[in-house]
Amino acid sequence: MSEQQGSGADSTARGITGAQSLVRSLEAAGVTDIFGIPGGAILPAYDPLMDSSIRHILVRHEQGAGHAAQGYAAASGKVGVCMATSGPGATNLVTPLADAHMDSLPMVAITGQVGASMIGTDAFQEADIRGITMPITKHSFLVTDPAEIPAKIAEAFHIASTGRPGPVLVDVTKSALQADTTFHWPTELNLPGYRPVTRPHAKQIREAARLMLESRKPVLYVGGGTIRSGASKELLVLAELTGIPVITTLMARGALPDSHPQHLGMPGMHGTVAAVAALQKSDLIISLGARFDDRVTGNLDSFAPGAKVIHADIDPAEIGKNRFADVPIVGDVREVLVDLITTLRTEQEAGNTGDYEGWVAFCAGVKKKYPLGYDLPADGGLAPQYVLERLGVLSGPDTIYTAGVGQHQMWAAHFVGYERPNTWINSGGLGTMGFSVPAAMGAKVAMPDQTVWSVDGDGCFQMTNQELATCAINNIPIKVAIINNESLGMVRQWQTLFYNSRYSNTDLHSKRIPDFVKLADAYGCVGLACDSPDDVDATIQKAMEINDVPVVVDFRVHRDAMVWPMVAAGTSNDDIKYARDLAPQFDEDDL
Amino acid sequence: MAKHTLSVLVEDKPGVLARISALFSRRGFNIESLAVGPTEHDEISRMTIVVNVESSPLEQVTKQLNKLVEVLKIVELDSGSSVHRELVLVKVGATAENRGEVLDVVQLFRAKVIDVASDAITMQIVGNDGKIADFLRVLEPFGIRELVQSGMVAIGRGPRSISERGKPVAVPVPPAANA
Repeated sequence: MSEQQGSGADSTARGITGAQSLVRSLEAAGVTDIFGIPGGAILPAYDPLMDSSIRHILVRHEQGAGHAAQGYAAASGKVGVCMATSGPGATNLVTPLADAHMDSLPMVAITGQVGASMIGTDAFQEADIRGITMPITKHSFLVTDPAEIPAKIAEAFHIASTGRPGPVLVDVTKSALQADTTFHWPTELNLPGYRPVTRPHAKQIREAARLMLESRKPVLYVGGGTIRSGASKELLVLAELTGIPVITTLMARGALPDSHPQHLGMPGMHGTVAAVAALQKSDLIISLGARFDDRVTGNLDSFAPGAKVIHADIDPAEIGKNRFADVPIVGDVREVLVDLITTLRTEQEAGNTGDYEGWVAFCAGVKKKYPLGYDLPADGGLAPQYVLERLGVLSGPDTIYTAGVGQHQMWAAHFVGYERPNTWINSGGLGTMGFSVPAAMGAKVAMPDQTVWSVDGDGCFQMTNQELATCAINNIPIKVAIINNESLGMVRQWQTLFYNSRYSNTDLHSKRIPDFVKLADAYGCVGLACDSPDDVDATIQKAMEINDVPVVVDFRVHRDAMVWPMVAAGTSNDDIKYARDLAPQFDEDDL
Repeated sequence: MAKHTLSVLVEDKPGVLARISALFSRRGFNIESLAVGPTEHDEISRMTIVVNVESSPLEQVTKQLNKLVEVLKIVELDSGSSVHRELVLVKVGATAENRGEVLDVVQLFRAKVIDVASDAITMQIVGNDGKIADFLRVLEPFGIRELVQSGMVAIGRGPRSISERGKPVAVPVPPAANA
C-alpha cells in the first residue's frame, strides 16, 4: 500500500483489496482526519489505514468518534469522518448521526458490516445499521461489491457537504473489504435524484425586497443555515444596509457579532426579552436558514401574530413546515443575501429605503430595559453565569466554545459573547447530553491553533468524559469548564418551577463523587477546582497557560441558579418571564 | 380528508421501498394502497401511493419524499386528468344452485372467472375504486371467502409521460481530490 499512498487522483487500475480501495477513496475525497475504533468487520480497513496519510484518532467510545466528527465539521466546515465496526460499534454512532442530522452537519460515517453471505443470519455483531439509521441520515449506502467503493465514497462526501449538509452512512461488508478489486476514482457521480437548489429565484428576491421596504417592524431571524453557508459577512452587510434588528438562534450564535448594536440576542424558550419581543411584535420576519423550531416559536398559534414571513432556506421542506411563508425562497442563505443586498442597494439608489426608525428605537429600548442578568448567590457562592462571562472575556472571541445540553448550554449561549461564526458549537436540535467534550476534541483537531473550551455540565461530562484519555494521548489539549451544580440542573429547574420542588432523581452528588480533579489527573490532564468568585479569573488564567495537556476545571457553582428569561413549554412567547414571576412590561406607545 | 394518489419515480435500488414507507409512517400517514413495479426505463421503478390526508400535510410529505436521494420525481395524479385502475381477485361461495347468479354479476361488471370449484368460484376484476367497491358489495351476499387487491395504479391522460416532464437529469461533479 505504501507505493499507493496519497495517490488519490491517480485513478489507474491496480489490483488492490477493497480495504485499500476504501482508504484510497477517503484520501481522494480529501480526508485528513478520522475518529474511530476498529473491530472485527472493519478490521481489514485498519491495515491499509496504518500506511495512509490520514490521521486516525483512536477514541474510547464510538459515540465520542461521532461527536468528534461533528465538532470537526462545525469548527472547520469540512466533512467530519468517523469509523466503527459492525453491530455495537455502528449502533453507538446512532446518537451522533441523529444529532448531525438535526443540526445539519456534514459528516460521513464508515461502518464495517458482516460478510455479504452472513447478512440476515443474525451473525455475530450483525446489526442492520442502514435500516436503523434511515430516518436519521441524509442518505446511506450498503456496499457489498468492492468495485463500488470509490463511487459510493465520492457520492457520500458530495451528499454530506452539498445542499443542506447532513450525515451519510457508508456500511461496507467485510467481504467487500477483503476481496480483490481495482481502484477507479469516479469522474462523475450517478445521483440523478439529488439536485439541491442553491440559486434563489429572482422573482422571490424582488418580492422579499418589496416586503422589506414596505414593512415598518421587520426583524432578521438568523438560523444555523447562515453559519453553515458561511454567510456572516453578507449578513453584516445586509443588516447595516437596512438597519433592521437581528436575532440569532441557538444554532446561529456568532453569525453576527454579539457586540453589534443591532443584535438583540437569542430568541426562544430561554431567549432575551428583546429578541422574543422583536419576533412577537414584528410585522415582517426575514428568516435566514432557520426552521421555526418549537423552542423558538413557543405556542405556534400565538407566535408573531402580526408578522408576514419571508422564509429563505436551502431545504424546501423547511419552508412552510411550521409557519406559513408569504415569500418562500429556496436557496443557499449566502446567495440569497447577496441577491437581496444587490436588489436593496438598487432600491436605495432610487431613493427607496425602509422606515424603521420607531421600531429600531423600540427594540433598542427593550434591549436596554431588559438586559441579560442574573442574581448573585446570597451565600457568596459561585454564580455559573459569572464563570461564563469571565471565560468569554478572558479567553476571547477567537476561542471555540462547545457545550452539551442544559443550563450550562443556555448560560454559555448568553454570557460568553460570540463575535465570529463557527466559534459556538452545541447540540441544538437533538439536545444530546455528553456532546461537549468529544465535540471539543474534534474542533481542536480541525483547528489546532485555536483555543477550544468545552463548557459542560457535571451531568453531561459524566456521559462522555472518557475521551479525555484520547485527548491526553493524542496531544489534543482541549480545556473543559465543568459547571458543576451537582445536579441535572435543567431538569431540576423544571422540578422547581412545575413540580413543586420535588427533586426526583436529579441530584448527582457530583461535588462529592467523582472527584473531577482526581479524575482529570487520572486521565493525564491537569485538574483544577474553583469554588469562589474571587478565584475565577486566576483559575481561568492558569488553565489558559497550560497548552501541552488537556485541562479540566471543576467550577463548583451555586446549585439553585436558574436560566432566565424563560417561556414555559407550550405557552405563548407573550408570556415570557424575565425572572421568576417577573413579566416584562412593554411600552406599546413606543411602537 | 381526501384521497390523494402520488406517482413516485425512484431509482430501482435496494432499500428504496423501506425508505419511502418509513417516511410515511414517521410523519403519521397511513398508506391506503401501494403498488410498485418497473417502468419503460431500466433502473427506474414507479410507485403508486394512495393516502388519505389533508392537502397541507401532503405537501410536507411530498417535500420530504423529494429529499430522498433515490426519488427522481413525484406527481400527484387527480382523477380528472388520469386513469386509475386496480386488479382484484376474489373467491366467493357458489354451489350449483346459485352459480348462475354469480356469473350474472360477473357479466354485469365485465369481470372474469379465473377458477371454479364445486362450491366456490374465483373471479378477477379490473377497475377504479368505485367500480370495485360496487362489485364487492354485490358479491357480499354470496359470502366472500378470500380477497386480494393489487394496489391502485394510475397513469396520466393525454400524450405525455410523467418521466418526460421533469428537469433534465444533472450529473454533479465529484469533490476535488486532495492529491
